[in-house]
Amino acid sequence: MTAAQATPSASPPTATPAGTTRRPRKRKRQLWRDLPAWGFLTPVAVLFVLFMVAPIGYALFLSFRTYKTQGLGLGKGARKEVWNGLENYAKALSDPEFLASVGRVLIYGLVLVPTMILLATIFALLLDSRRARLKQFSRVSIFLPYAVPAVISSLMWGFLYLPAVSPFHWLAGRAGVSLPNMVSPNLITFAVANIALWGGVGFNMVVIYTSLKAIPSELYEAAVLDGCTEFQIAVRVKVPIVAPAIIMTLLFSLISTLQVFAEPMTLKPLTNTVPSTWTPLMKIYRDAFVRDDIFSAAASSIVVAFVTFLVSFGFLRLVQGRAFNEDQ
Amino acid sequence: MKTSSQAHGRRDGQRNGRRDRIGWPSTIILLLGAFYCLMPVAWVLMAATKSTAELFGTFTFSPSGNLFTNIANLTDMRDGLFWRWMGNSALYAAVGGGLSTLISAMAGYALAKFNFRGKKLAFNILLVGVLVPGVVLAIPQYLLLAKVGLTNTYWSVLLPSIISPYSVYLARVYAGAAVPTDVIEAGRTDGAHTWRIFRSIAMPMMLPGLITIFLFQFVAIWNNYMLPFIMLGNDQLYPLTVGLSSLVNQGSQYPAMYALVITGALLSIIPLIALFLSLQRYWRVDLAAGAVKA
Repeated sequence: MTAAQATPSASPPTATPAGTTRRPRKRKRQLWRDLPAWGFLTPVAVLFVLFMVAPIGYALFLSFRTYKTQGLGLGKGARKEVWNGLENYAKALSDPEFLASVGRVLIYGLVLVPTMILLATIFALLLDSRRARLKQFSRVSIFLPYAVPAVISSLMWGFLYLPAVSPFHWLAGRAGVSLPNMVSPNLITFAVANIALWGGVGFNMVVIYTSLKAIPSELYEAAVLDGCTEFQIAVRVKVPIVAPAIIMTLLFSLISTLQVFAEPMTLKPLTNTVPSTWTPLMKIYRDAFVRDDIFSAAASSIVVAFVTFLVSFGFLRLVQGRAFNEDQ
Repeated sequence: MKTSSQAHGRRDGQRNGRRDRIGWPSTIILLLGAFYCLMPVAWVLMAATKSTAELFGTFTFSPSGNLFTNIANLTDMRDGLFWRWMGNSALYAAVGGGLSTLISAMAGYALAKFNFRGKKLAFNILLVGVLVPGVVLAIPQYLLLAKVGLTNTYWSVLLPSIISPYSVYLARVYAGAAVPTDVIEAGRTDGAHTWRIFRSIAMPMMLPGLITIFLFQFVAIWNNYMLPFIMLGNDQLYPLTVGLSSLVNQGSQYPAMYALVITGALLSIIPLIALFLSLQRYWRVDLAAGAVKA
């Protein structure tokens, strides 16, 4: 970082007339010197343009287009692609199905993200505490679901939810109580959130735990000498120090919440209570592939990508500002 | 890190024996978490040993003896299609993850260790890329690849999986932390070529970090569902995730499929769990350290 700042200042524009005439050659030399760096960056840059910039650009283009039917709409050439202004966006933003899917994802996120981060933080702190036992076993077990694809975890939980197969319903039946059906329309949000929690809590725990391990113990030795309990040290000393890690896990959880797709898609054939537009991405998928309406799918994709970006960017700004204020 | 905290714990224990007693509440909460996470895996292990009739007829956690029959049935399904899916998943994840790690290492090294015009801009664009989730890109990627006729090929899954702004970001953090600038300078005065310095000096120093990046990307590609689901129509090209979900869809009409689906689920989590347990020490996910340095 420091070296980077040193380079531009290493070639300050000299005041002498000789210096000004030499400048173009210097720029050329600079270009030559930059060549290896760009060489190293080229593969990433090319793929970045081809598979991130170009698709977004093309989707943006499509989102302003539509088919116009000419005459009776029969035969070849009867459908013509024309500009459509903001019509697709207006349609997407006023589509009750799209809005309902956004609402569902918001509730889902409100249930999932705080629960997941809170649990991940608690598990990480317990793994870091001195008095807990069987820590190695717990750490590996809780992290294990990260190795299970969302499709397969949805499949497993889907079967565990089904009253005919579920061990919980079996136990409840023995005990003479009746359990609510998790895949009923009222509870399906919780059912999906539980699958995502199961798959994600261990990963976030490891992120926070890694950062806890990096705290030098001298930092809380003073607190130990002062007679603070382990709980007090955890809440007052450790959590503030690992706050950046917790913030990053929050951010990544927020991003993955907005793009939930695999879990409800897998539960759908098992339950019949998941509509095909349950989340925004499911609706976009249906528009593009079932209804063959790529233009409104493109517009909705742009909306989702933009909102995701805004949420994560705004979130980063928000926490950065707060951390800054705390420092002062 | 570990040794220092252990030493601290011991010292503290000598000073005040009360502190090192077993913390039952902490241990029990951790074990509850472990139980919650292992229970579905235990269920799939038991369920894979049952025939379809037993699946719906016996207590879910009692095992039966049909595991090998199920595996044989799964293998027989459409000339071993399931194992082809397994191979496809391995291909996508290994090749995609490997290439992704290589190009991310190159770019991260350049961003950390070179001075060039536009470096700051390149890094900022990269950060924006980190915030745009890959899944949101899947449908635009499909639309574009459909335009050039590349959908429904191995390339349509492999190529988009190679680019990962987050891997580049991590590689930059690792290169900045693990490769001292004087070592590069020394290599340069010895007359080594830029690429040679990267390959023979920087890469080995970055290796532990690169393994972490590879594991991340391998798991992300192996677990990915939406991209291959959208891109592929030919079930010979499916990875496991898409293949199994297509079996579930058939299961709603032919319940006999369920035994196959569950056995398939068990078989498809075994490779990743093995990878996990064997490479455990590389799972040090230091997101925040990077965030502070950025």
